[in-house]
Amino acid sequence: MHEAKTPLLETRKLAVGIGGVSVCRDLDLVLEPGERLGILGCNGAGKSTLLSVLAGLREPQAGEVLIDGMRYDAIGPRKSALIRGWLPQIHADAFAATVLETALIGRHPHLGRWDWESKEDIRIARDALAAVGLAEIERRDVQSLSGGERQRLAIAALLAQSPRLFLLDEPIAYLDLKYQIAMLDLFSDAARENGAALVMVLHEPAMAWRYCSRVLMIHGNATTTIGSAREMLSAERLSSLYSYPLEALESRGRVGFIPK
Amino acid sequence: MNTTHWDSTPSSGCAIRRDESPGSTSPATSARRRALFIVGALFAVSLASLAIALCVGSVTIPLADVVSALFGAADNTSSEVVRSLRLPRALSGFACGGLLALAGALLQVLLRNPLADPYVLGISGGAGIGAMLAILFGFGAVSVNAGAFLGAFAAMLVVFGLARGDGSWTQTRLLLTGVIVAAGCGAGVALMLSVAPDNRLRGMLFWLMGDLSQSGDPYLALGVLAAVLVSAFPFARELNLLSRGDALAQTLGVRVAFLRRGVYFTASLATATAVTLAGSVGFVGLIVPHLIRLAAGNDQRVLLPASALAGGSLLLIADTLARAVIAPQQLPVGVLTALIGVPVFLFLLARDARPKH
Repeated sequence: MHEAKTPLLETRKLAVGIGGVSVCRDLDLVLEPGERLGILGCNGAGKSTLLSVLAGLREPQAGEVLIDGMRYDAIGPRKSALIRGWLPQIHADAFAATVLETALIGRHPHLGRWDWESKEDIRIARDALAAVGLAEIERRDVQSLSGGERQRLAIAALLAQSPRLFLLDEPIAYLDLKYQIAMLDLFSDAARENGAALVMVLHEPAMAWRYCSRVLMIHGNATTTIGSAREMLSAERLSSLYSYPLEALESRGRVGFIPK
Repeated sequence: MNTTHWDSTPSSGCAIRRDESPGSTSPATSARRRALFIVGALFAVSLASLAIALCVGSVTIPLADVVSALFGAADNTSSEVVRSLRLPRALSGFACGGLLALAGALLQVLLRNPLADPYVLGISGGAGIGAMLAILFGFGAVSVNAGAFLGAFAAMLVVFGLARGDGSWTQTRLLLTGVIVAAGCGAGVALMLSVAPDNRLRGMLFWLMGDLSQSGDPYLALGVLAAVLVSAFPFARELNLLSRGDALAQTLGVRVAFLRRGVYFTASLATATAVTLAGSVGFVGLIVPHLIRLAAGNDQRVLLPASALAGGSLLLIADTLARAVIAPQQLPVGVLTALIGVPVFLFLLARDARPKH
């Protein structure tokens, strides 16, 4: 059994930079099961870069990243894939493949070298497709999908992978409003019911307010601030983050932010 | 550790639970059965093309005589023709075609480009330089082969070293380096052709067009074909992921750097062996994986063995035609594969350009 005390994600004195831009320095972060962290910042601030360091795809400049208490290089890619899943921002399909085949790639880390996908794997992939509303087009070619359908398919593959730590790079990009809510509901359910932890790069403060328990703001120049969502998501902080005046509007216990 | 069970009830009014219709086999077992069927069918096609290659030539030998020549103790002229002329050449053709198709399939994954072929990274250019030098200085067939292999190996190392550069080793950088090295080799070959004496020119041109008449002993190449297939097949599912992008493959558990390096060297070895055996036979490496992909999908567990068998069969048939069409004169087989390949490829391109669904 997994010990509940181990944080699913931990960074120690993490420094991340790309192309001369310093994203963060001395970042200490601990994410317990069930927590939902939103990452907000301007274009080019380094949100995706930070996320790819957290995913083990890039080396940090300094410090270390632990998933489930272990370093990526210590447990190797296969075991890492059973713990954390990553939703990329861009989905480029060089080759034709069906929707079902694409959802099934999430099962790869669960299979041995000589295994073929079992009936159970197919069932899991189909359930994931059903959860994102793509069950009826499982035979379609991925190259024929719309941007929103392709995004939901990537989410289905991630659900089929069923990691405990979800690293989501703009999970609601390309999605219409109904699916923005539906997809973020899915991930929140995973956090609430299965003790998953979420890290998501978001551009919509109202969605962060609704779905995140904590928020990390990336200001540029290696400055980051982190705190509870309620504390961080104020009109004042957001106006300063985006360098554009915002106004908070509250309705039935939910908050949205309107550009002035 | 809990296995996540995704709620299959409609959560947003758009999800519909899809039950398996009674009587339909699940894709899991059917996928494996289908793979076995495709590979088995292509194996039968390979045997049939081998039989045709052994029967057909300047003298047609009946199948029964071929069989007795191969397995019996028959000892006459036609069994001698089958055993020491047609069989080695047929096996060379099969090995060469299989290696090229396999190398093409692997490089298409490595470069994430369905239009990559085994020669795109300059390996055949390097082999060309080595072989031209050997022919130019009048060395024998063995030295030509050695020169071709050394040239191919040198080109592979140069491209690998240059493309690694800053350690990023991206597809674009690899492709660009390969294309430039190939262009340089092409210039070198053209230079040697222009200064070559007339009596050497024909041999040089035949080598460049791809020719199996000088191919010699096929068993080493068959061994390389088997070795490449056996070493690539266990990684087939990981190659499927690699074809969807390096980062995604890595987060799904693939050792990307190790795998890409392995694919590069394996495909290079296959190409170098094929080019050494038969010169630059074009289009097999490009067309065959493409055809298999259209017919059977992009699962490397099917694509790799199927490409090897289909590539072998295609080159075997093409070489039989090359021997038979204007017998006793022979055509260079590379010309035939290109003549077959170009229209097929243009057809596929036109077909691809049509809107899907």
